[in-house]
Amino acid sequence: MDYAYLAAGFGAALTVIGGAFGIGKLASSAMEASGRQPESAGDIRTSMIIAAALIEGISLFALVICILLALK
Amino acid sequence: MTPLDTLHTAADSLKTVVASKTQDTGWIMHHILDSRELDFPPFGVIHLPEIHLFGMDLSITKHLVFIWLAVIVLSFFLIRAAKAYKKSRVPKGFNNVLEVLIVFVRDEIARPTIGKGFERFLPYLLTVFFFILTANFMGLLPYSSTSTSNISVTVALALISFVVTQVGGMMKNGAFGYFRGLIPHGIPAWLLPIMIVVELLGLFTKPFALAVRLFANMTAGHIVIMALLGLIFILRTYFVVPVSISFALFIYLLEILVALIQAYIFTMLSSLFIGMAVHQEH
Repeated sequence: MDYAYLAAGFGAALTVIGGAFGIGKLASSAMEASGRQPESAGDIRTSMIIAAALIEGISLFALVICILLALK
Repeated sequence: MTPLDTLHTAADSLKTVVASKTQDTGWIMHHILDSRELDFPPFGVIHLPEIHLFGMDLSITKHLVFIWLAVIVLSFFLIRAAKAYKKSRVPKGFNNVLEVLIVFVRDEIARPTIGKGFERFLPYLLTVFFFILTANFMGLLPYSSTSTSNISVTVALALISFVVTQVGGMMKNGAFGYFRGLIPHGIPAWLLPIMIVVELLGLFTKPFALAVRLFANMTAGHIVIMALLGLIFILRTYFVVPVSISFALFIYLLEILVALIQAYIFTMLSSLFIGMAVHQEH
């Protein structure tokens, strides 16, 4: 009666949903802002990559927990 | 059957699937985790010495060997670039590439985030940036392993960042003034206990996040590549080979980008924390 693998799978899927939603929203507003003002596209791209890495960091916390669950 | 029974049988079948697959997928963990021997599959195995000192296990492991390799490669190239800088300020060849990266760290990372007095922290930021970059890239070569995919290595890097942040902040603002400056001005007195707890916790979660972010990014990339390539061995058919290899190649190219981005993010966040500690204007 080992639910750890099931929990790991569900956890990873939910994390991916949250992370993808956040980064998608971020990318869409970055595209819109670059479209409005093309000369600031470089700054926007840098900030976008920083924010995307931070959001990805959060989703990777949950991934680490899921891996720990699956390996137990 | 009750829903719980279906869940039980689902969990049981999952367990048998995973159990039978651990013979197929144990090698994924073997490539990711640290080990006491350097493994060159068709050729042979080099066993690394075990050293036990003062009751601690200080044996040399694969990740440690690759840390040393990264340090040797880095020292060679950077000292060579520094020596060439003494002769003429215009670098040539590979020194030019290093100069682009160094100027990038100075102008895009250190100066905007730390502001005045950033020169004192620049050696540390450059060291950390180049070390993480080199260690991440070395993990992409055949027969090697990523030393930053070991949680101990990333925790050590984050710990050093933490120490640099606190010491830098305390030297600028005084030991007690630094802690007083953590709490923003103009908050009502009843909020003070909560703010103290929150700020102190925030002091420790930031390096923790640095460590886990780097570790998880490096490990996850390698696990995905291994899992995609392992599909060939699990499914045991030739038709999955082009699909598997093209996906793995795409993830591999993404890994290169992630290696660069993670080095940049670690350095950028370290310098952001140093800037917040040194210039505490809330």
